Amino acid sequence: MTVESTAARTPRRSAGNKAGTTGTKRTTSTTKKAAGARKSAEPALVQLLTPEGERVKNAEFDKYVADITAEDLRGLYRDMVLTRRFDAEATALQRQGELGLWASLLGQEAAQIGSGRALRDDDYVFPTYREHGVAWCRGVDPTNLLGMFRGVNNGGWDPNGNNFHLYTIVIGSQTLHATGYAMGITKDGADSAVIAYFGDGASSQGDVAEAFTFSAVYNAPVVFFCQNNQWAISEPTEKQSRVPLYQRAQGFGFPGVRVDGNDVLANLAVTQWALERARAGEGPTLVEAFTYRMGAHTTSDDPTRYRGDEERLAWEAKDPILRLRRYLEASNHADEGFFAELETESEALGKRVREAVRAMPDPDHFAIFENVYADGHALVDEERAQFAAYQASFADEDGGK
Amino acid sequence: MAEKMALAKAINESLRRALDADPKVVVMGEDVGKLGGVFRVTDGLQKDFGESRVIDTPLAESGIVGTAIGLALRGYRPVVEIQFDGFVFPAYDQIVTQLAKMHARALGKVKMPVVVRIPYGGGIGAVEHHSESPEALFAHVAGLKIVSPSNASDAYWMMQQAIQSDDPVIFFEPKRRYWDKGEVDTEAIPGPLHAARVVREGTDLTLAAYGPMVKLCQEVADAAAEEGRSLEVLDLRSVSPIDFDAVQASVEKTRRLVVVHEAPVFFGSGAEIAARITERCFYHLEAPVLRVGGYHAPYPPARLEESYLPDLDRVLDAVDRSLAY
Ligand SMILES: Cc1ncc(C[n+]2csc(CCOP(=O)(O)OP(=O)(O)O)c2C)c(N)n1
Repeated sequence: MTVESTAARTPRRSAGNKAGTTGTKRTTSTTKKAAGARKSAEPALVQLLTPEGERVKNAEFDKYVADITAEDLRGLYRDMVLTRRFDAEATALQRQGELGLWASLLGQEAAQIGSGRALRDDDYVFPTYREHGVAWCRGVDPTNLLGMFRGVNNGGWDPNGNNFHLYTIVIGSQTLHATGYAMGITKDGADSAVIAYFGDGASSQGDVAEAFTFSAVYNAPVVFFCQNNQWAISEPTEKQSRVPLYQRAQGFGFPGVRVDGNDVLANLAVTQWALERARAGEGPTLVEAFTYRMGAHTTSDDPTRYRGDEERLAWEAKDPILRLRRYLEASNHADEGFFAELETESEALGKRVREAVRAMPDPDHFAIFENVYADGHALVDEERAQFAAYQASFADEDGGK
Repeated sequence: MAEKMALAKAINESLRRALDADPKVVVMGEDVGKLGGVFRVTDGLQKDFGESRVIDTPLAESGIVGTAIGLALRGYRPVVEIQFDGFVFPAYDQIVTQLAKMHARALGKVKMPVVVRIPYGGGIGAVEHHSESPEALFAHVAGLKIVSPSNASDAYWMMQQAIQSDDPVIFFEPKRRYWDKGEVDTEAIPGPLHAARVVREGTDLTLAAYGPMVKLCQEVADAAAEEGRSLEVLDLRSVSPIDFDAVQASVEKTRRLVVVHEAPVFFGSGAEIAARITERCFYHLEAPVLRVGGYHAPYPPARLEESYLPDLDRVLDAVDRSLAY
């Protein structure tokens, strides 16, 4: 199951590191001008790296990345590059007919890698269907993610293997599962935390509101990580909410913060802060990562019907990978050799994924009847037997020919 | 005016006509506006009727149906779109506990002219929750009417009738037939919404189906004809109510019945039909009523759906078994 990415070079704070964070309360902060704002009225974002790759000071969040090393930074960069490469390969494989569908994360690498690298091994992740970067951070072999998009299974991995739950397609459902899991952690007296990913569109679902209610009432150690990529298929965020999404949390009684979703450092820091609150028994946090879906919603979607190129071009200028590269180069944290080596590694990953997908066998027909129940079921047994007899009738025919 | 058009286009034309004819008709759902829906069924409607008639809703199915109920209370006739079959369940509570029962609870003083459009069924190679056939889960609930067209003309006319109905109608659209073209006469006088139709006459056995399986049954009848068997094909068109008189009439003639649907057989609409027809036609039947449908298993991943879905051979197999009695 484990892949290259498990050799994490990014910080993983230990359970003991709670000092100085208890009692933190805020909505949003930072004096920095909103980098990704579409409207002048947009609130400021937590940002540590500008789109030009300059490190900016942040009084509240700098401490969460204070001990980050050059190697950690290169690790984050590597994660983003390889995740994007994997994503591009999957998109290409869909175009070649190897996958039935693909939901690309293009543009959301920083939000996913930043938050994903803030997690501890014993934390638990509840993703949607687009968290390929978070899966990468968890050490889930990326080829495992492709089974359901190829149509050979409806999940494809053991969620307990890497504390990374199965992808959830019904919008918002997993936020409740995350909350319940977090409630269980509290009951057990453990200090792990849970993170639930969802989109801006999902924030409208009743399940998400119920998850907010439960997590607040039971003070559950869960971080709600909303990737606001501006669109829910064809609907802009304005069709979901009249207030900035992070402000939703306030009405439920827990803090919300908006972070520059294209700034991997800021995502790391803010998620770290939220996780530490959870571990310290301070309950849920809503993080809104303000980012952008650079491609189509999925490979079935046609964004030219509802959005122009202008917006995309503006966001390309804020590309999360480019931003960190600029910083790495300017600060001499990485040399040409590093980038060249990564390029080779990236190509190798693409090749490995391509080959693995093409080699993925179709499932056995009897898989239909597998695992329908844990304890077995007479009707399933009966139908399996009928199915077997039916299949065998063709075999006889073929044999007779 | 008879015109050849795809089933999806026929629904689009029908919605257009309804929006044009009655200012109280509104279309609501996720992505129904600029995008025209993920299947383009509502394509161009927002452009022509505006955002207050063709409404992109927040991503919340309970909200979509719940507010449609409120709009209906205010005299509107909402036609809501659920993007895919598997996503109707967040709205299931509103449909079952509220929409279905409002008329009865208000002593008949309140009408619920809400149409819930659901693209349903498999065969398009989609990921999970995009291929299900949940009609039986709704048919069990009194107060709902459930229909499913199998061709473009029915899609056009049944949508007109569903919108005109003062009862809530769950309108199951066979998504894998969206692109099938058929003649639509927009000036015809349609038959009753809940009447079944014989689409092919036969004498040896009746195949009863609705929605996506009607076309398959016609193919089965063609194949059986080559073997010298005469199958009658009945398009039920409506799942609640079911036109049992039509099924009975056909079975009294052919004496054999096979019901075909994509949904799981267990507790499915075929079970209801088998029970009723056994009661009504006990002395006419030469064989038990047989059912062909899905298994008692989650809808499988795309690469297995051909094994799961009824196909020509599986239906022919049931035909053989029936004829062997
Ligand atoms: C309950 C439900 N309704 C509708 C859908 C169809 N659908 C899939 S993704 C999507 C948009 C989701 O947008 P958002 O939550 O912003 O996440 P994003 O895909 O942009 O990351 C919709 C409507 C679904 N999967 N589940």
